Amino acid sequence: MPIQRREFIAAIGTGALATTAGCSQIGGSNSQSDGESGGQAGVAGETLTLTTTTSTYDTGLLDEIHPDFEDMYGVSVDAVAQGTGAALESARNGDSDVVMVHARGLEDEFMRNGYGINRRDLMFNDFVIVGPESDPAGIQGMSSATEALNAIADSGAPFVSRGDNSGTHTKELNLWEAAGTDPGGDWYQETGTGMGEALNVANQQDAYTLSDRGTFISQRSEIDLVILVQGPIEDGPEILANPYGIMAVNPGVHDNANYDLAMAYIGWITSPGAQDAISSYQVNGEQLFFPEAVSEDPNFQQYVPEGWSSNSSDE
Amino acid sequence: MLFESVGQLLPVVVDLPFRDGYVSSIIYVSLYVSVIAVTLSTLFSIPVAVVMGLADFPGKQFVKSVINTGMGFPSVVVGLVVLFTVSNQGPLGTLELIFTKEAMIMSQFVLATPPITAISLAAISGVDEGVRDAAHVLGGTRLDVALVVLKEARYGIATAILAGFGRAISEVGSVLIVGGNITSAEGISKTRTLTTAIQLEARQGQYETAMILGAVLVALVLAVNAVVVRLGDQEVRR
Repeated sequence: MPIQRREFIAAIGTGALATTAGCSQIGGSNSQSDGESGGQAGVAGETLTLTTTTSTYDTGLLDEIHPDFEDMYGVSVDAVAQGTGAALESARNGDSDVVMVHARGLEDEFMRNGYGINRRDLMFNDFVIVGPESDPAGIQGMSSATEALNAIADSGAPFVSRGDNSGTHTKELNLWEAAGTDPGGDWYQETGTGMGEALNVANQQDAYTLSDRGTFISQRSEIDLVILVQGPIEDGPEILANPYGIMAVNPGVHDNANYDLAMAYIGWITSPGAQDAISSYQVNGEQLFFPEAVSEDPNFQQYVPEGWSSNSSDE
Repeated sequence: MLFESVGQLLPVVVDLPFRDGYVSSIIYVSLYVSVIAVTLSTLFSIPVAVVMGLADFPGKQFVKSVINTGMGFPSVVVGLVVLFTVSNQGPLGTLELIFTKEAMIMSQFVLATPPITAISLAAISGVDEGVRDAAHVLGGTRLDVALVVLKEARYGIATAILAGFGRAISEVGSVLIVGGNITSAEGISKTRTLTTAIQLEARQGQYETAMILGAVLVALVLAVNAVVVRLGDQEVRR
């Protein structure tokens, strides 16, 4: 019986999608007259706009897992891959319903300014420092990411920076800051491109770069760069952790945000089923993302800006 | 629909390393957006060009230089302006056009109109004065004169439309910003065009597949040009 119901909802969804947006109204009212599926199918035919980072999209993860959500609710998900900074900016302008990004500092600012609500920790992978096999700065196997960056800066070996306000770029700047080095000079190049392109630029110039592990794995076969400093997944320094968070756009700020569907999406993607799908997603035989939404322990910090406490004078 | 059948035909000819329906859907979106935008631009540009070509009014030179400047508008800037217009915070925010084909059509309309107007205007201005005078002498109304001039200038106008189409379909900056480069999870394009698909492949370092899509784009533009030229020839033979 549940299967039939799901098919029914999906059929309504497809029907409504096949025509214009106006028809979603019809889809919605039809399904409500069917007492059994009323609650769920109220959203059938609607579209959820998700702005996200290039790494979740370009690795193919979202295309792999989204059909399950779309079938379940009879909706479609428009995933716009923009990079963390741009994804949050789109949401700030009210142009998306839910954001999936990986820069905790920017996420916290987004929440503090009232744009994002109901944040959850979603999944993580890690960053790795990659470079040419010849390793002119001699950073291979270093256990400290900041020492490695300082070694690169000291040797003047070329380093490619994303330079695009993405989550990876934000992480890179935080690392330089932690290393106490202000990068600049001929060896430091900002490309202003996505991770894949940045890896290619680094590959062409035998340069070092910071990459998320997922994008590096999915592109490894086409480039000659190797991982020189591992992230925490392979026992590297914790500072290279790369956690992804998900937040709904606050309907109190943007009343056109599809809040119901955004929360349905957050509920679904943090559910055991979708989290399993994330952990079993592989590219070139390697797992790219490690789910962390399902946990026995309460993790209150995922809901609020880092370091926030109700005792603090913050709010 | 014509676009859809073209979209389905092409991938059959070349074997592409993409999911079923992916390439045909991005070809469809590319053609849908560009053809509608260029059609709207043409409907707007030609009357403007005719008026400017046949009438004299104060400020004509100024309008002309505005149009010529428009030919050089960077598409990213147009994309940003359209983004601000259709974004939820913008003047057209309530229409919810952001990340839709309609928003892409808007930005391509802005991009295609200046070249179509300017080249049509050049073609109309190039029509021999004698033709106009003859039409007048034979008792033609102003509309008749305009139609005669248009007929004489048709090759130039066809070139203008093709130039506008070329600009629209090969443009990547604005459609990426306002369209969002969206496909469904099944790989069916919603707002992904050939150019934004190429950009996506390049971003991922997949230069070979990017090249294949580039070849498809060039083939498509060639095909459209061939069709237009052929139509023009038939016109002459009749």
